[in-house]
Amino acid sequence: MLTLTHYLMLSGALFAIAVAGIFINRKNMILLLMCIELMLLAVNFNFIAFSRFLDDTAGQVFVFFILTVAAAEAAIGLAILVVLFRTRSSINVKDMNSMKG
Amino acid sequence: MSFIAPQFAPALPEIALAIGICVVLLADLFVSEQRKSITLWLSLATLTVAAWFAGGALPEGSQLTFSGSYVADGLARVLKLFTLLLVGVVFVYSFGYLKDRALLKGEYYLLGLFATLGMLVMISAHSMLTMYLGLELMSLALYAMVAFDRESPVAAEAAMKYFVLGAIASGVLLFGMSLIYGATATLQLDQIAAALAGEGSVTPAVLLGTAFIMVGIAFKFGAVPFHNWVPDLYHGAPTSVTLFVGTAPKLAAFAMLTRLLLTALEPVVEVWAPMLTGLGVLSLILGNVIAIAQSNIKRMLAYSTIGHVGFILIAFATGTAAGQQAALFYTIVYAIMAAAAFGTVILLSKRGYEAENIADFRGLNERSPWFAVMMLFVMVSMIGIPPFVGFFAKLNVLVALINVEQTWIAVVAVLFSVVGAFYYLRVLRYMYFETSDTVEPLVAPINIRLVLSANALAMLLLGVFSEPLLAWCGAVIGSQAF
Repeated sequence: MLTLTHYLMLSGALFAIAVAGIFINRKNMILLLMCIELMLLAVNFNFIAFSRFLDDTAGQVFVFFILTVAAAEAAIGLAILVVLFRTRSSINVKDMNSMKG
Repeated sequence: MSFIAPQFAPALPEIALAIGICVVLLADLFVSEQRKSITLWLSLATLTVAAWFAGGALPEGSQLTFSGSYVADGLARVLKLFTLLLVGVVFVYSFGYLKDRALLKGEYYLLGLFATLGMLVMISAHSMLTMYLGLELMSLALYAMVAFDRESPVAAEAAMKYFVLGAIASGVLLFGMSLIYGATATLQLDQIAAALAGEGSVTPAVLLGTAFIMVGIAFKFGAVPFHNWVPDLYHGAPTSVTLFVGTAPKLAAFAMLTRLLLTALEPVVEVWAPMLTGLGVLSLILGNVIAIAQSNIKRMLAYSTIGHVGFILIAFATGTAAGQQAALFYTIVYAIMAAAAFGTVILLSKRGYEAENIADFRGLNERSPWFAVMMLFVMVSMIGIPPFVGFFAKLNVLVALINVEQTWIAVVAVLFSVVGAFYYLRVLRYMYFETSDTVEPLVAPINIRLVLSANALAMLLLGVFSEPLLAWCGAVIGSQAF
């Protein structure tokens, strides 16, 4: 029998993987965007699980909004990535150090 | 089952702004490159109408609408009025700067207006969902604004850093919200407080959720240790965008702080208050110390922002009405000061030349004695010397701290304000005691000169007559129904 705890453990694990991916990854910018998406999915998982076990629909409504906003966020992130690649021909995280101080 | 239409009246400022944005969006298509000032004037008209609805047209007292997810109260009124005012001022400053750099596109104003709409929604948010949507509307518009200068590699890098860290902050904030939702079974802020007030309702999930929400807020405010994006963003973005990002969003961040921590998480105040104090003290120390080492004025102002945020957070963390009043007053005053400081940076730069380094202020007194005095007002106000308003902002914070017997924090705050005086005074030294290579007078349009003068003189006027604004802040904090 799956309980709420199982779902929460899964979403916590997803969230931890996302955070670890963001901080360990030193190579590719696109991986960062993927990790951000994973983070939002972990949140969605949490909301759905709570919504189901609390028998309250507000959490599911929230998930719809998060999905929409995540799509817009990905679009803007990729657009910035395109601008970045055009101006400096690299999307390597290590190269993001032109400002010092 | 019948559908009852919600009351739209409390959301009139946002509705007016949204309609105005659509008008600007359409009108801008038909405006030629030479007559882009029409877009500016339309944007200013939109802001004025929204401010009229936010300030005068609504009845007094607080009203809930949209099933309790939206509130129009005194706090919303004062924050919205100052947000709209500051955005208008920023738009006026930006016009000449954008024009000189062939960046004068309608998009700057449109994105700015959308970000403003997001800020207003955040200010009026009364449910975690509304807060999140307002926050994202603001952030997404700001990310795009930072990357607005497509030819600039530093702007693109700044935008990418801002985007990644902002998105992580949103994710962390949302994770906290989901845990709070799981513990209280509601998204509405006052119901969360009611659910947490009961005996034994503060579970580990609530504490974890509170900590996550704190991290999200600290990210958005730019408090240490979540401040890494602030200097790079301020440095890399075009100055007109830095100006925008550095002023009005601080008011929205304050609204987020108040709504989430006070309206919703008030029952766990003893959990978040020490965390907030810690963030505030670290910000005070690190911001003021690292600012000394900066030679770029935008970067210096970024670290100075971190220091000022520290002041706001320690005042808020006292948990008393006097502390929150001081924090609100400080936030408003800081936003006005920052607008004047970045306005001066914009004033000094001209076509093909960015006045980005502190050394570029060299000999300003010879070039324009009047604006040297204006910059003097701003810097002295940031240091906190009477009779300028920055002094009263700091004084209120210190009094609030001493009243709750957190004297050591007050001592740290004073010490690091003195450290901060060093780098503000250095700007003044360049202005008055060094001569520049070129003694050409400033070339800035008359409207920028007028608005900037008014903005800097406000430092003095608000300082001499600080009582009304302070009393207003006190009244709206007092009328909050916790």
